[in-house]
Amino acid sequence: MQLTILATTLLLLTLIGFYLGRSRAVASAGGNRRQLHSLPGYHGVYVALWCGLPALFIVALWLVVEPHVIEALVLSGLPEGMTDVGPGQLSLLINEIRNAANGVSFFGEPNPAVVAAAERYNALHQIGFAAMGVVAAAAAIGGLAWARRRIAPNMRARNRVEKAIMAILIVLSTISVLTTIGIVLSLLFESIRFFSRVPVTEFLFGLQWSPQTAIREDQVGSSGAFGAVPLFAGTMLITLIAMCVAVPVGLLSAIYLADYASPRVRSVVKPVLEVLAGIPTVVYGFFAALTVAPFVRDAGASAGLDVASFSALAAGLVMGIMIIPYVSSLSDDVMNAVPQTLRDGSYALGATKSETIRQVVFPAALPGIVGAILLAVSRAIGETMIVVMAAGLAANLTANPLEAVTTVTVQIVTLLVGDQEFDSAKTLAAFALGLLLFCVTLILNIIALRVVRKYREKYD
Amino acid sequence: MMVMDRSNRATAPTAPAPGAQAEATAEATAGVYGPLKISAQGVDVFYGDKQALKQVDLDIHENQVTALIGPSGCGKSTFLRCLNRMNDVIESARVRGTILLDGQNIYDRDLDVVTLRARVGMVFQKPNPFPKSIYDNVAYGPRIHGIGSGKAELDEIVATSLERAGLLKEVKDRLHEPGTGLSGGQQQRLCIARAIAVNPDVILMDEPCSALDPIATARVEELIDELRENYTIVIVTHSMQQAARVSQRTAFFHLGELVEVGDTEQIFTSPRDERTQGYITGRFG
Repeated sequence: MQLTILATTLLLLTLIGFYLGRSRAVASAGGNRRQLHSLPGYHGVYVALWCGLPALFIVALWLVVEPHVIEALVLSGLPEGMTDVGPGQLSLLINEIRNAANGVSFFGEPNPAVVAAAERYNALHQIGFAAMGVVAAAAAIGGLAWARRRIAPNMRARNRVEKAIMAILIVLSTISVLTTIGIVLSLLFESIRFFSRVPVTEFLFGLQWSPQTAIREDQVGSSGAFGAVPLFAGTMLITLIAMCVAVPVGLLSAIYLADYASPRVRSVVKPVLEVLAGIPTVVYGFFAALTVAPFVRDAGASAGLDVASFSALAAGLVMGIMIIPYVSSLSDDVMNAVPQTLRDGSYALGATKSETIRQVVFPAALPGIVGAILLAVSRAIGETMIVVMAAGLAANLTANPLEAVTTVTVQIVTLLVGDQEFDSAKTLAAFALGLLLFCVTLILNIIALRVVRKYREKYD
Repeated sequence: MMVMDRSNRATAPTAPAPGAQAEATAEATAGVYGPLKISAQGVDVFYGDKQALKQVDLDIHENQVTALIGPSGCGKSTFLRCLNRMNDVIESARVRGTILLDGQNIYDRDLDVVTLRARVGMVFQKPNPFPKSIYDNVAYGPRIHGIGSGKAELDEIVATSLERAGLLKEVKDRLHEPGTGLSGGQQQRLCIARAIAVNPDVILMDEPCSALDPIATARVEELIDELRENYTIVIVTHSMQQAARVSQRTAFFHLGELVEVGDTEQIFTSPRDERTQGYITGRFG
């Protein structure tokens, strides 16, 4: 609430800064706009930036630093002996004080020292916030006044504003890059913790996956085995089945769209096909689990085959359908990019449509098509929901599509779902699996993008 | 899809007047040349609602270069593309009238486009070699039509075609390198070699030199002159000098009509129509 008021005030000040800067610029040129180096609007933005950015920066910094300062002050005010505890106990104590400050109590009647500390905490927080408001407003007004004073007809406001905009864009894109790096690093560190308990070689080459570890000493049958090979084999099997569905169907529909369909048909069919990509994967998931899996099992049974009720085949089929639009849409684009003159050249030699496609269009588009397929593969490998619902949990090392297999993503989900100790090998294994999966899809994506780019260079 | 009006002039008696003059011109000169190869009669072409060609009558004689000239958008390329039915590829195009190739209407219902195009080859404005090796580019047509069964026979066809296109000497040692790696002029001669590899009767050329430099142009023009011995050639060109250099007969198109056709020399020295006069003296176009 208070923060909203502060933000509104700052926004208002910034807006005022814009109008003040603009009118000041016009006035400084004696009403003759042509004497200004930059348009009045740029002067306005210049003042607004000087008004808003420093204040915003101060608020952001304050919000980060303030809690630490207040914590330190509150702790130092506590009676002797209460703070001489381990770091775990200390953070518990801080939480207790904070809860008390917010009027929440989990432990019955709180310790009077805690209550006192909570009061101090609240008071400090109030003071801190008021101080922040004052400082931020002062910075805004100061910036406004300073920038406004600098406005002159020959001031290069446009160049400065452009520079500021560039800086803002850089900061924002840095945030997204840093977030990615942060995620990867956290994966990496957790994985390293995992590998300190389970050797890397065992993880990468072990043929046994059974992530049950004993919580208590006296439990039985929970030795734990962390060989990722069955998981990757299952992932590959399901991906292979999916590609067996998606590549022929997607590619042939792309050929139809690119060379056979009339523009009117194309303008209808292509978006419809792309709707497939918009269906939530959870919908595909229960479609797989409730419709396709029983169908496959019954069909197998009537053919005298023993099919698991959650077979790799069912999950792979549905995943293949999900991936069709990725293959078809991208392939259609690259085949359309093959110049019409090449097709004409082939037709003029008396080639039919299918001969032209097979011998000219398809080879010319092949690198792009390979790229499309690789992107689809990395999508299939990372796909989670369908396999969670339809592939089962048994880590069988098999190439038989009628048996149940499990995938990397499924295991990550099952490892982290439910109440878990957060530093057991079992939970940490999820991070290692995630890291490995990330590496695989990253490599596939890099290869795919390189292939696609190489192709683009050829025809543009 | 393309809608074809198959009626020829015998069954469609309403042949309007505009074509009459051109027809008379064509008939007047027909006796002087070799046997008739292609005879277009009352050809109309529509792109959607727009009429691109109006009642064109034109005779093309064997072993001769016929040049089609005229300002941009006059319909000369459209007419050229009628001769091997390349307009079929264009969605909105509609062709009406009769085009006889050796006496047979190429717009007949039972005529196979594939055989027609094997007999009437085409070279395009921009060199368009396939992204394959030089050898495979030339062998493309023969393979499709099943000409040259063994490897030796195919080698022979490729070598002869390249030789005739005057390219063999330059590419002899790199037949298996990509055709797209050649220079523009070489690419265009490769396309000509590709067209003659299927042994057509007629070669259509749609501004074959407009993407080439003067030296490559001279080389291709020389080649056209040599090819005349064995093939009937129809060439669309923007350059009147080129028409004068390579062709024996010239047809002038303007706004979708065939204005005048005759001996190249006659067209360039004493045109009968003042529009032709205006165009060749550079007053418009």
